Amino acid sequence: MTLPTLWFLIVAFLWTGFFVLEGFDFGVGMLHKVVGRTDTEQRVAINAIGPFWDGNEVWLVVGGAAIFAAFPGWYATWFSAMYLALVLLLVALMARGVSFEFRGHVDAHRWRQTWSWCLAVGSLLSPLLLGVALGNLLAGLPVGSDEEFTGTVADLVTGYGLLVGVTLVALCVLHGATFLALRTDGPVRERSHRVAAAVVLPTALLLLGFAAWTPTLSDAPVVRSVLPPLVALAAVLAAGLLVRARREGWAFGATAVAIGLTVVSLFANLYPDVLVSSTDPADSLTVDGTASGTYALQVMSVVALVLVPVVLLYQGWTYHVFRRRVSGPPADAAPDPAPGPPAPLDEGAVR
Amino acid sequence: MSDLDLARLQFASTSIYHFLFVPVTIGLAFLVAVLHTLWFRSGNPEHRRLARFFGTLLLVNVAVGVVTGLIQEFQFGMNWSAYSRFVGDVFGAPLAMEGLAAFFLESTFLGLWVFGWNVLPRRVHLLTVWLVAAGAAGSAAFIMAANSWMQHPVGYTVDATTGRPQLSSIGAVMTNPVFVWGYAHVILASLVTGAFLMLGVSAWYLRRRQHVELFTRSAKVSLAVLIPSTVLALGVGSQLGIVEATYQPMKIAAAEAQWETCGPCSFSAFQVGGGNEDQDPTKIVEIPHLLSLLATGTLDGEVQGLNELNAQYQQEYGPGNYVPNVFIQYWSMRVMAYLGSAAAVFGLWGGWVLWRRRLPEARVFLWVATWAVVTPFVMNTAGWMLTENGRQPWLVQGLMTTADGVSPSVTTGELVTSLVVYYTAFALLGAVNVFLMLRFARRGLELEPDEPAPADDDAGPRVPALTF
Repeated sequence: MTLPTLWFLIVAFLWTGFFVLEGFDFGVGMLHKVVGRTDTEQRVAINAIGPFWDGNEVWLVVGGAAIFAAFPGWYATWFSAMYLALVLLLVALMARGVSFEFRGHVDAHRWRQTWSWCLAVGSLLSPLLLGVALGNLLAGLPVGSDEEFTGTVADLVTGYGLLVGVTLVALCVLHGATFLALRTDGPVRERSHRVAAAVVLPTALLLLGFAAWTPTLSDAPVVRSVLPPLVALAAVLAAGLLVRARREGWAFGATAVAIGLTVVSLFANLYPDVLVSSTDPADSLTVDGTASGTYALQVMSVVALVLVPVVLLYQGWTYHVFRRRVSGPPADAAPDPAPGPPAPLDEGAVR
Repeated sequence: MSDLDLARLQFASTSIYHFLFVPVTIGLAFLVAVLHTLWFRSGNPEHRRLARFFGTLLLVNVAVGVVTGLIQEFQFGMNWSAYSRFVGDVFGAPLAMEGLAAFFLESTFLGLWVFGWNVLPRRVHLLTVWLVAAGAAGSAAFIMAANSWMQHPVGYTVDATTGRPQLSSIGAVMTNPVFVWGYAHVILASLVTGAFLMLGVSAWYLRRRQHVELFTRSAKVSLAVLIPSTVLALGVGSQLGIVEATYQPMKIAAAEAQWETCGPCSFSAFQVGGGNEDQDPTKIVEIPHLLSLLATGTLDGEVQGLNELNAQYQQEYGPGNYVPNVFIQYWSMRVMAYLGSAAAVFGLWGGWVLWRRRLPEARVFLWVATWAVVTPFVMNTAGWMLTENGRQPWLVQGLMTTADGVSPSVTTGELVTSLVVYYTAFALLGAVNVFLMLRFARRGLELEPDEPAPADDDAGPRVPALTF
């Protein structure tokens, strides 16, 4: 395997990891007003992702930076072409990012509802716009032989891009619902079950369209073009059955596979291109054509191969630490005598 | 305004705005880690209250710092596509490493710290806050390495076919003298910023005679950081000036509005005029030999003037005007240096008050300390204007001009749209942030009563309190 191909795989891994992780954050953001009727219930939903969302969002930052470092031409053309869509994306990410922090600080109904709406709308727009941006890589953008975008805003709205965006939004909702079913308790958990069961079918239909359309856009062998979206579709259907059987851990695993493989499908069909030119296929940006030099890729390979496992370890540990269900203010929650490692006497020791 | 001006205005204003929050997070993360450590060692619940209180201020600033940082990460590709294409081979690597090595660390362990009270073992919980501080300081290292490469490109070769710089030595990039001194300067400036903020908030309470004992402690901690940091920042900053004078003589000559070569050179402490159209300013205060000393380290050292440098650059790079905006250079340098000196004096004043054990009663000092909170933000902004404006007209010194780096496909309408959208978002974010900071600074402790200790028989991993 060549270095540029290795880096294409690393980029695909980072974007897949981003959607598997931040996908349920987006879903929880969209759903927190649906599964939480009272302020406390909404806070339960938000606190379920509280310790994780910021670390998850870094996957996007690193995914973007990896493209910049490994494929500067791809980064330059894609980001400047998607200009207005990305401005909107940044506003959406800003709105939801500060909502978490700002919402809880003032105990007033209107204040909280304002930030709740920012959180919900920002969480909806983010995967939608990212989906459009990713879909357009494969659907094609007007790009000339100098690698520069030659189109207008209207060229950013492609049918396939929109399908990818809407499909990812649906997957995020489903993924967020299975996450909440797994990590909360009480009414939020029950409503999340109902939401998950309700969105399985629409999501499966969208994925069916995605699975039918995607392979027509590439010459990739069947293993890369047809198989990944079909397995994603199967995972959504499996998630539906698992939710019904109340196997919450497995259901969450199934939706993680579904959203992950959907993103994998995009990259698998894209290779060896990185951005298809709708002007002339010969002008498409390719893995080898946009890759950085050998030395830069070697240096970054060492850094990535050392650090990515470390990051996975400590992020995984975070999920282990906060594995207990969130159910409400500690005053309402009785101490749970479930088995586990004995907790150190932290607070008691100093008083 | 041309498209180039709009793109420059957008980059300048979004990065200045971003950097209002960055030094707060770096400095405050360190100070909160110190407070947490004090609690760990003393077991005094007052220290824990302080750590949680200032931790909340840290969190609000991290949230705004993260989202404004996202714009920076995207903006290279969106607005400076020609630049990104040209330098990505070298410039992208530190950015990717920043994410992998520092951002993940900072954000993941911040989540662990915030939600880790009563959940994590005490030692592990202490470690998480130090990892947050390390991540914050580490991210600045990589972005400073990338920025320093634009000031003084090292560790690259030019590819024969594409004409683009290619990374040839990551070691050279990470030991670039501009980076080493610039990074130390940024970290010290961040400590100064965090210490000013903590001192200002503490002074606010002390003036109101609320929680006097508690905030005398935090004022002591912040002064203990402030005094050495201001002095060191001045020293490191002047060394950075000498390094930059070696590699970017134009930047330093413009900061001194020194049009003609001189030696020994006097330092113009205050003057009227002296912009790019006026080479003969009215000097009000001059200090003999000081410029030679600052720029070269010797009393009679020669400092090249702007006109001579411009002639040299024209010979080397072709016709053009290579002199940056002298007015901005001259005044950003002075605002930074004068306020920095005032900050050092202020720190010593605080040390004297503290030594006399008069801090809670020192009305004047506490009043000044409250209002001095704005000082570090003005200094930081002036410092960045000095270093970035001084690089113009280059985007990468000697390799690419700013005019050549802008995205050719982005239209005027798109630029105006993004400017309006960003400015609106920033105004809202800023207003809410200031509102919350003031609210916390005034009411924070009342909002955060001491929690009752959990029962001793509460075995197993605990559920964290609802934080958001």
